[in-house]
Amino acid sequence: MNVWHWRTWAAPGNTPMAEALLTIDDLRAWYGPSQALHGIRLDVHRGEIVSLLGRNGAGKSTLLKSVMGIVPRRSGSIRLAGRELIDLAPHQIGLAGIAFCPDDRGIYATLTVRENLLLPPVVAEGGLSEVELLALFPNLAARARSAGSQLSGGEQQMLAIARILRTGARVLLLDEPTEGLAPVIVDRIGELVLQLKQRGYTIVLVEQNLHFAAELADRHYLVETGRVVDQYDRTALAANLAQVAARLGV
Amino acid sequence: MSEIFGLPLPVIAGQTMLGLVNGCFYAVLSLGLALIFGLLRIVNFAHGAFFMAGAFGAWMLMRFLGIGYWWSLLLVPVLVGLVGALFERTMLSRLRGLDPIYGLLLTFGLVLVLEGGFRLLFGSSGKPYPVPDALKGTLQLGFMALPIYRGWVIVAALAVCAASWWLIERTPLGAQLRAATEKDVLTQSFGINVPRLLTLTYGAGIALAAFTGVLAAPILHVNPSMGSDLVIVVFAIVVIGGMGSMFGSIVTALAIGIIEGWTKVFYSEASSTIIFVLMALVLLVRPRGLFGREGTS
Repeated sequence: MNVWHWRTWAAPGNTPMAEALLTIDDLRAWYGPSQALHGIRLDVHRGEIVSLLGRNGAGKSTLLKSVMGIVPRRSGSIRLAGRELIDLAPHQIGLAGIAFCPDDRGIYATLTVRENLLLPPVVAEGGLSEVELLALFPNLAARARSAGSQLSGGEQQMLAIARILRTGARVLLLDEPTEGLAPVIVDRIGELVLQLKQRGYTIVLVEQNLHFAAELADRHYLVETGRVVDQYDRTALAANLAQVAARLGV
Repeated sequence: MSEIFGLPLPVIAGQTMLGLVNGCFYAVLSLGLALIFGLLRIVNFAHGAFFMAGAFGAWMLMRFLGIGYWWSLLLVPVLVGLVGALFERTMLSRLRGLDPIYGLLLTFGLVLVLEGGFRLLFGSSGKPYPVPDALKGTLQLGFMALPIYRGWVIVAALAVCAASWWLIERTPLGAQLRAATEKDVLTQSFGINVPRLLTLTYGAGIALAAFTGVLAAPILHVNPSMGSDLVIVVFAIVVIGGMGSMFGSIVTALAIGIIEGWTKVFYSEASSTIIFVLMALVLLVRPRGLFGREGTS
């Protein structure tokens, strides 16, 4: 067990009484013979934004993919509102109410924008309707009939987020939503993520952009070589920003 | 009487029609083959055997149960498609993630089993299957006489191609199929049951092959090797059209059928090799095939 973990667990300013919605324990994952995650333990409370910080290759994306069940092999425990997901097939995890937005946005080139938007099946009530989504993302309305591949990077990111908001899934895993985007679009995505929090979504965010994460997230986990090595709440991160930045190499 | 290159027009028109009929068989077969390859990444060698099973299915339903052509056209694709889906679920799906050569070997093995089985049961000789009464006779078009049944084959095959195209390009189910073809892992993470889509697609591709078999039963002799004769050409068509491109396969199939028909008129010695010459030429110039998309070959 990791000593760091327990020391920071008692960090002040947290919301310790909030209900843990997503609980990950001793999560290990492998790509062929090489182990990418070495016993990850973290939890995410209902309505919270949690960021995963770490260098390239630390295992942040693998962590999200392991939750979705789309890595070749994994073990441990992943519980959503008490329900164990580790033995479920990938599509069953999607149906259980976790939605994933991959770092390459995952826009289908052979589908139109509208088909991309309507592809993920509705898994629960309470998702945004197509009308609401198009009001939220007017660009997508104008390009509904274009092929997914014809969108700009920012539009693709908007579409990737929009399509998982339709499904009614309440836990969103966003893998580097700001990667490679212009500052004005990054701001727009930041506003969007805060809006989603206000609507009660629970969000796990993988971010390279430390300042973006620091502004948005309620808590932060620092991931190194497939392990959670530290965690901070909002004030703790602000106080240690330079030190964390150094550890991230930014 | 008018002539083209010294040949009377009715001969040309007749061969064009025959070529078109063959092209229609090719089209529905290659459509299923392209569909299966696109989504399952499996070169379905058994496609011709399921075509043959479709023709035999129609013959058996008539011979043993007295069920006629029209019911066969409906029942046989469903039954053979179910067999195909069962084969995918129980055997083919286990090879997922392995080198495609295993899928090719398994389906090739199935060809031997199916052809051998039908030969054992019914012998090698061709069984006649009558043209249904409603489609007997010929239609005088002025420049040629069109056997009504062959006209029906063209209409039915093109209608099935159009319906398949519509289903895949214009419906939510089709969008799921295309999505799973492009990014299977991500598609699954959205809660879409991709393994079930694969079974469905394989079954549907096989049903198309069986449907073609029923269509072909009154034209070709129903015999155990009728699928192998056809499927080699169909593979060449899928290669020419571009693996995984449905539209490309249909257009190429019709064109190849007609080219084959014309070659029979002008230089009949080359009629069975012309396709492979074309395939070699296309591969030299466009290795992805005429309609192949980036990343699908």
